Amino acid sequence: MKELEYPFDSGYIMKKKKSLKRRLTEVVTPVLTKRIAVLGGSTTSDIVSVLELFLLNYGIKAEFYECEYAQYRQEALFPSEELLAFKPDIVFLHTGLRNLTFKPNPKMSEAEIAEGLESEISGYKQMWESLKSNFGCAVVQNNFELPSFRLLGNSDGSDKRGLVNYVTRLNLRLAEEINAASGVYLNDINYLSAVCGLDAWSDPQYWYLYKYSLNIRFIPDLCFEAAKVIKAICGRNKKVLALDLDNTLWGGIVGDDGAENLTIGQETAEAMAYYQWQEYVKSLKDIGVLLTVCSKNEEENALAGLEHPEGALRPSDFTVIKANWEPKSENLINTAKELDILPDAIVLADDNPAEREIVRGSGFAAPDMDNVGDYIRNIDRSGFFEVVSLSADDLKRTEMYAANMQRKQEQSKFADYDDYLRSLEMFAEIAPFKPMYVQRLAQLAGKSNQFNVTTRRYTVTEMEERMNSDEYITLYGKLVDKYGDNGVVSEVIGKVNGNKLDLELWLMSCRVLKRGMEYAMLDELVKTCRDKGIAEIYGYYYPTAKNKMVAELFGELGFEKQSSDDEGNTIWKMDVSAHTESKNTAINVNTEEQ
Amino acid sequence: MDAKELRKRLTEVFRDVFDDDSIVITADTTADDIEDWDSIEHITLIGAVEDEFGMKFKMGEVSGMNNVGEMMKIIAARGK
Repeated sequence: MKELEYPFDSGYIMKKKKSLKRRLTEVVTPVLTKRIAVLGGSTTSDIVSVLELFLLNYGIKAEFYECEYAQYRQEALFPSEELLAFKPDIVFLHTGLRNLTFKPNPKMSEAEIAEGLESEISGYKQMWESLKSNFGCAVVQNNFELPSFRLLGNSDGSDKRGLVNYVTRLNLRLAEEINAASGVYLNDINYLSAVCGLDAWSDPQYWYLYKYSLNIRFIPDLCFEAAKVIKAICGRNKKVLALDLDNTLWGGIVGDDGAENLTIGQETAEAMAYYQWQEYVKSLKDIGVLLTVCSKNEEENALAGLEHPEGALRPSDFTVIKANWEPKSENLINTAKELDILPDAIVLADDNPAEREIVRGSGFAAPDMDNVGDYIRNIDRSGFFEVVSLSADDLKRTEMYAANMQRKQEQSKFADYDDYLRSLEMFAEIAPFKPMYVQRLAQLAGKSNQFNVTTRRYTVTEMEERMNSDEYITLYGKLVDKYGDNGVVSEVIGKVNGNKLDLELWLMSCRVLKRGMEYAMLDELVKTCRDKGIAEIYGYYYPTAKNKMVAELFGELGFEKQSSDDEGNTIWKMDVSAHTESKNTAINVNTEEQ
Repeated sequence: MDAKELRKRLTEVFRDVFDDDSIVITADTTADDIEDWDSIEHITLIGAVEDEFGMKFKMGEVSGMNNVGEMMKIIAARGK
């Protein structure tokens, strides 16, 4: 039911929970029944009734046991006869900051605080152990929201006697114990309260009036979070993310615009948004989600779009590719058959509201996707693929990464600047202009002012002429480092005159200054000149108000100054045979990445 | 907002919260007149009224209102 899917209207759910329940009961046929005990450290009545709605929407009919007000600890350690008879499958321990049994204060010693923290943690461990031994149930455990006021101000976060610092450490310790215990799952209200806004979440009026630990308008948010964990425990996660292509994975229509004109990469705001989203989609593979394509397209065009060099996804990332003109619901049903899964395990990401409406009618999930900037959040927060356990291999991988991280941190004091540059793990692709990049090369030449020796502007046609002509040598440079892909960042154009080359353009994006990219470009330029029998390269610097930083560029590159005029224009020369040593120390050029 | 409009909007809130389209409220209506109006639903009702009229009740008001008429007086003074 749309009203219970992210992004939902919390106020509406609270107000209409009675009629929502009535309508849900009419439209949903539950596939399983679970007995859930809600043991709270504060009022839980509306939490139970809203949790019931979200679970029902997941196909889970819940029977509830609700303990007497704030009796969570007694019930967990010494279950009442009612709870014993109820035999819960799942216990939701709804606790939080209001239930701390110990709080630090400025008069305490560090040892006292550490002791208090450990005894708080062992209190929770005892409850889980008792519940598991009594019922063999799963436990969903809240962590702690941050306090809404700070006695020590900002130091509350750094000083061990501060409550912010304490709660932060308490949450980490709780997480450790949750990981170590089996069958205990985190409900991260620390994260959720930040998402909702801590001031609003912690509005104390709801505690004073009703003994609710949170603002009641966030009860749906809290319950949705817990419901996601519970449905994941019950094996009701989605397994497949089916993706539309045009205006979903990239901006533009590949069939109309051509793959080279799609909006994806690092050059514009929208392109970056699509790129980040593609990266997120790709990362879903790491938690075991299968990716498929479901797009109205010619397959050939779909593949061309997926092979876009600026994209993060590759055709091989997809288990099934359905690019044709059949209705999407049919394609999704066929995808389910081919993968041997139930159709309701598929989520469709599609920017077209009409398509979403149709596939929803056939029982598939299809969240709203109306603005590329929101795509990641809409999919992520919906919790279709909520992780409750990663396999042993995955866990081992995490440990391996942790060890590597530590190694890197230990090396984090760099011996010198080159050492730092090497730590960036840079890979450059330097090659003659390609049709795919012509638009971008013209755009970059049009807007680069600082690292630009001639400040010459080009139309796309002029760029194409130079790319296709034997009279010109062209090079573009793309740079990837460990923090990501910087895209096309440098370009050089030279006109061939016999055995000389006159450089008419040399520019670089300022976002990669001081990386040695200009040296890498020079190396490739010299190599190309040698191949073409060119003996001398001439460089020209024309000063403008903005390009002082490259006045001496050619000198730094090893050119010799030939002449200068009154206006500061300078001409430089390099003998190709004289360039024998590369000054590039850290960039791997034209190698396979990693 | 005149008294008539206020009462119309407030009636809608009552009908939504108690899921009963036959509810009619007057200034004299109290929790005893509406079957589901217990202390738990009172909390939902207060939240829904605050949302509808873009206002917040003070803590003393939440527990101090004796009938719908008192609620309407507060809404008329501070509601939107």
